[in-house]
Amino acid sequence: MTAGAATLGAPPAHVEHRTATGLSSRKVVFWTFLGSECMFFGSLIATYLVYKGRDAIGPHPQQILNIPLTSYSAFLLLMSSLTMVLALASVQRGRTRATRVWLAATALLGMHFLANQVYEFTHFVHEGLKLQTNLFGSTFYVLTGFHGTHVTVGVIWLWTLFGMAVRGKLTQARSLDVEIAGLYWHFVDIVWVAIFTLVYLIQ
Amino acid sequence: MTTTTVTAAAPPRIAAGLWSWITTVDHKRIGALYGVTAFVLFLVGGLEALLLRIQLARPENHFLGADAYNQIFTMHGTTMIFLAVMPLSSSFFNYLVPLMIGARDVAFPRLNAFSYWVFLCGAVFLNLSFVHGGAPNTGWFGYANLTEKAYSPGTGVDFWAIGLQILGIASLAASFNFIVTILNLRAPGMRMMRMPPFVWMTLITSILIILAFPIITVGLILLLFDRLAGTNFYQTAAGADPLLWQHLFWLFGHPEVYILILPAMGIISEVLPTFSRKPLFGYPVVVYSGIFIAFLGFGVWSHHMFAVGLGPYADSFFALSTMLIAIPTGVKIFNWLATIWGGRLRFTAAMHFALGFIAMFTMGGLSGFMHASPPADLQQTDTYFVVAHLHYVLFGGAIMGIFAGLYYWFPKMTGRMLDERLGKIHFWFQAIAMNLTFFPMHFVGLLGMPRRVYTYAPHLGFGWMNLLSTIGAFAIAAAIIVFVVNWWTTMARPKNAPADPWGGGSLEWAIPSPPPVYNFASIPEVKSRDPLWHAGAREAALAANAVRGPIPMPRNSYWPVVTALGLTLLLASLVFGFWVGAAGLVVLLTGIYAWAFESPEGGGKP
Repeated sequence: MTAGAATLGAPPAHVEHRTATGLSSRKVVFWTFLGSECMFFGSLIATYLVYKGRDAIGPHPQQILNIPLTSYSAFLLLMSSLTMVLALASVQRGRTRATRVWLAATALLGMHFLANQVYEFTHFVHEGLKLQTNLFGSTFYVLTGFHGTHVTVGVIWLWTLFGMAVRGKLTQARSLDVEIAGLYWHFVDIVWVAIFTLVYLIQ
Repeated sequence: MTTTTVTAAAPPRIAAGLWSWITTVDHKRIGALYGVTAFVLFLVGGLEALLLRIQLARPENHFLGADAYNQIFTMHGTTMIFLAVMPLSSSFFNYLVPLMIGARDVAFPRLNAFSYWVFLCGAVFLNLSFVHGGAPNTGWFGYANLTEKAYSPGTGVDFWAIGLQILGIASLAASFNFIVTILNLRAPGMRMMRMPPFVWMTLITSILIILAFPIITVGLILLLFDRLAGTNFYQTAAGADPLLWQHLFWLFGHPEVYILILPAMGIISEVLPTFSRKPLFGYPVVVYSGIFIAFLGFGVWSHHMFAVGLGPYADSFFALSTMLIAIPTGVKIFNWLATIWGGRLRFTAAMHFALGFIAMFTMGGLSGFMHASPPADLQQTDTYFVVAHLHYVLFGGAIMGIFAGLYYWFPKMTGRMLDERLGKIHFWFQAIAMNLTFFPMHFVGLLGMPRRVYTYAPHLGFGWMNLLSTIGAFAIAAAIIVFVVNWWTTMARPKNAPADPWGGGSLEWAIPSPPPVYNFASIPEVKSRDPLWHAGAREAALAANAVRGPIPMPRNSYWPVVTALGLTLLLASLVFGFWVGAAGLVVLLTGIYAWAFESPEGGGKP
């Protein structure tokens, strides 16, 4: 704690170099990446919306989508954004134990979300909705599947950071690592808010 | 340690050997790799064009069958766009942007190496299709539902879709890198509105790439799901609308047109001022026009779809937005003309190509403006008129611009001056030959000859014009051979280029030709646009070349090439099967983790 306080004011000399905008290059590149991701998910969501209601054969969305379960999943992801913020705040203040706890909590919430998605997909297949069944099946599984893949990547990333934290390598000076993972995590969370609203709530 | 240090006591040695090229993170070497690879692929694409022209030289020819013709015109378009013009532009971005903004490298040198290796893997993968079940044969636009398994049962379309995904990743990674490099690594005093216009066009092109490529990525993912997993995205029997593909494709495809031409416009905006001894006329307006073109580029895609019947409102909107683009484009052309006006002109080979660009691109722009009007377009669409138009803007525009840049920066890149006399012969040969090739296509098209059809009947009466085009195509090949000879003989001669052979105004001319590995011994201070044209600036810049202290430079790394290989194997498994993918995944994950932990310091560079 004292060590953390002592270096609080000092610039992390080996990480940041002078940049013309004053922003870290890693942060700027990540924001441009997220801009690109917006177009990616935008195109997938547009595809879903364009094909909505065109199916002659079911199952149709209103027959099968489970809003209470998905609301719970959405709650999990929103809570994981909160724990992500706490993880960043902890690492920036040099609180190593709290950093580990909040990183693990974020990853576990993400894994719970993924488990719910696996349950949801399996259940839908039993109900007769496969990837190939109709346009709803194709657009729904591909859209939510790509979101799930993003969550999976985020979970792996978080456990990697957790591993670094456990080995004492995730120091205060490297809080940018957590900040960038956080940007990704919040983005994936926001995409879920869009999917939850447009696919599940507005039928 | 992430860096090796160059000191005055031990002057930097240029590492040699194959391994030093495989592991290089130097933006100049990566630029050279991009340039040479893309030029070879440009020759491959050109060879494909010659095969097409032999087939079309006379009516009812049987040189290529219909299927071979389809494969070759698809590969000609795909190669020229994704494997020649884009990476040739990328070669200039790589080589020049750090030099022009006064930086020692790009923001992420290893990511830059990764982009090149992914590009190379994608190019090889795409061309493997020729020997593995036949090349793609559905056109570079791959319209649904022709690309569905039922209508294209071979693996050609899979190679095309996966190949474009791999190449897309290369372009995206490079663009992220260049946006950050330009925003963050500018030398002190290099404000945005003091950047050379080429750097501005690089920035705009990179932004277009990161916004346009994800759209085709989704289009291709849906196609691959249809082909490999039996989904319904483009299956009309399941109620799907094949127009979804056209919208996704052209939402990417039209910005792509500007991705191809804006770098050439940037090159022209560097070459014309130098050889007119005048600053670029109306610099801010040229920059804003570039931004405006890029912005409008996302609002015109349906002019590629006038013939599908979107209705009068949609057609009117897209006709108007398309015509609107003529304004910023015209503004640029008039600014270039005003730059030349009253200048002290020097007609070097580079200047010839720059002026050729203006003339040829304007002609392509005029025919483009014609099919901005839906009634006219309905007559012209899918005919050779469109082929004539797109070759005037891409061959007369983008390729002329790239050659202007090659003649202009060749001394900087290699330390050797190309032969000016051969350069001018190259220009006149190419300019006359391209008009011989593409000008008759306007008439052939208006007479009703359709594109993408492997032959035509003799009684239609345009056999002789097709023969002219074929003769022209071979004359273009001869012009390119003149360039290759010039290049080859120049490289065999000793280095003879001074730091600033042309009297240019931007920072790359302040350092020796070719530049040392660290570019700038001390980072220059910029006080104006065209810094070398201002009193005292040149002397100060040249003085700054003396090495006084340690210079931190990024260390070579082989993880980018490993990661690129893993990624390619993973995606290639969609054609080559599970075990290739499993191996790819292991290599990819090893690469990513080793890369991430190779330099715990990470981040930007000085």
